[in-house]
Amino acid sequence: MFALTEKDRPLAQMLLDFGACPRCILRFCGAGLQTPYRCPHKELLSEVHTFLKNNKEEEGRCCETADPPYKRIRLQDPEVAEGLNQNGSLQSSLMESSENVACENSPPNVCSVCLGILQESCERDFVKKVCQKVNSAEYQFTSFVFSVSFPPQLSVREHAAWLLVKQEMGKQGLSPAKEDIVQLKEAYKWIIHPLLSEELSVPADGKVVDANFNFILQSVFTRMAVIKALEKIKEEDFRKHFPCPPTSPKTPCAALEIQCTNGAIFVAGRYNKYSRDLPQTPWIIDGERKLESSVEELISEPLVTVFKVDSFNFSSSGREDVDVRTLGNGRPFAVELVNPRRVHFATEEMKELQQTINNSTDKIKVRDLQLVTREAIGRMKEGEEEKTKTYSALVWTEKAIQKGDISFLDEMKELKLDQKTPLRVLHRRPLAVRPRVIHTMQSAYIDEHHFRLHLKTQAGTYIKEFVHGDFGRTKPNMGSLLGTTADILELDVESVDVDWPPALDN
Amino acid sequence: AVTMAPSVTERYFTRWYKPDVKGNPCEDHCILQHSNRICVITLAEAHPLLQNGKTIKSINYQISANCSRLQNKVSGKSKRGAQFLTELAPLCRISCSDGDEYTIYSCIRGRLMEVNESILDNPSILQDKPSTEGYIAVVLPKFEESKGITQGLLTQKEYQEVLLKRFNSTA
Repeated sequence: MFALTEKDRPLAQMLLDFGACPRCILRFCGAGLQTPYRCPHKELLSEVHTFLKNNKEEEGRCCETADPPYKRIRLQDPEVAEGLNQNGSLQSSLMESSENVACENSPPNVCSVCLGILQESCERDFVKKVCQKVNSAEYQFTSFVFSVSFPPQLSVREHAAWLLVKQEMGKQGLSPAKEDIVQLKEAYKWIIHPLLSEELSVPADGKVVDANFNFILQSVFTRMAVIKALEKIKEEDFRKHFPCPPTSPKTPCAALEIQCTNGAIFVAGRYNKYSRDLPQTPWIIDGERKLESSVEELISEPLVTVFKVDSFNFSSSGREDVDVRTLGNGRPFAVELVNPRRVHFATEEMKELQQTINNSTDKIKVRDLQLVTREAIGRMKEGEEEKTKTYSALVWTEKAIQKGDISFLDEMKELKLDQKTPLRVLHRRPLAVRPRVIHTMQSAYIDEHHFRLHLKTQAGTYIKEFVHGDFGRTKPNMGSLLGTTADILELDVESVDVDWPPALDN
Repeated sequence: AVTMAPSVTERYFTRWYKPDVKGNPCEDHCILQHSNRICVITLAEAHPLLQNGKTIKSINYQISANCSRLQNKVSGKSKRGAQFLTELAPLCRISCSDGDEYTIYSCIRGRLMEVNESILDNPSILQDKPSTEGYIAVVLPKFEESKGITQGLLTQKEYQEVLLKRFNSTA
């Protein structure tokens, strides 16, 4: 089952000589099967040694300076002379261990390429530490994603090793491709995924655990800067500035931080708003709160508590002004719950949760509360642009009116408006003249100066501006239609005609 | 049965006044300031153009040989390309059938959003509804200046006192 073959011998020997760990040896020899990497480190180490001992015995004769072989590399490569003192201790300890493979209880030397990532950080103890972190967070989950961030200087060491591999193989008349090497991250995942999966008793994929490794010092360079620099630098220059082979560190790289996050979940429903003093989102001007609550908070706060989340994002199919009520079946909304601890909720529990929200306030009411997918939320936003809305407005007229003065409104169908961006939103929206359509109107006479107007309009029509005219910037407007000054005293949304989320029978 | 509720202008805007603009007696301007910092430039009630017997002959937004307020174009949320106005930047010139001509000024620093083109075809709405449909222009002050923009202007109460004094001195 050992992954190396005859042709890998010189390369493996060279890698071992400069302090690469057995798994890095496999990687640079291009061993592409996952199983060998999963062998315990000690076993692999002794296998490598056995393999290379044969090498020495068999090929000793063709090697002029076979004893010890690493000297050959030193002599061949005068550019690394400066690194020799640092390497000296490594060389001797390496020699000890290579001479005494039986000495299995001493910790392995830290790999000069992976800084111990494929050694200690693959061991059960580390996996246990990660799993403890996951379990202490009390997440509900059925799968996981393990993502890992390695220190940027690993790329530099990887590059140094790569140059040596290229050189060595060049000697054999081969020109290796970088893609043939198994990436450090790939090998790491091959090893750690089965271990994590076993320890957590769930398959990989789905839940995110982040491990952030760091080696001694925080790198001052970003990963991208390092990678770009390595792409640009000439081989000679690189060798001049960085020891090739890389020196061996005394201590392995350690995990700096282990973070767990659960994928966001989404809750959707419809809300009614019964208050004329309730904004949809917190209303804060110059850091000062104007009104104590908001639709989004009234709905989301119970969700935050029950799902045990870090934060939330509220969205809805359009929005109403602070002084506008939303009646009828309500307005579709969705809440993204970020990093939830609880994720499993039965239909019955969602019903209870809805009841909890509705019992907590009389300013809003929620219906059709349900768990939905991220993708489904797109349907809510699509509807926002296309669908129609119906409203009820209480209209005041300056001129005294009779029933007969307003009945013509009922006959108007598909009335086209040119609506300039209302002054009240002009500070944050582009200035434009937007054509909008009032599909139908129905008037109900109240007294000489008041009537109720029911309208069905294209989404995106500003109703208040249609009634009062917005300094004549919406044309035509109720004032111009009636030949007087008109104003709007109250406005209610009677329906938002979006058929999402699905209605529930509750 | 007139509603007790304040009108649209009164509900959303604060009125600020600048009397005797450019030293011309009674040529008072009124600036309607929205809580979102948008300002609408209008004529104050005492402006000679709104007095009995005046007939507007024409309104001209071409304020110099190479600057027309009608050419103002703004684009995007950030309103790029707007003409920048200082307090004394002229917005338009209005000439009357009696030969008098009046210049209307911005009164505040900011960027010009739009001028009211409706009054070109129908100058009488300027006189009928000076505080709403007969507005002159919409100006957006700079965010950082929006607080201090009204410093040189009078509140409605202060303006009433000015009108009272004016009335007493002529009486």
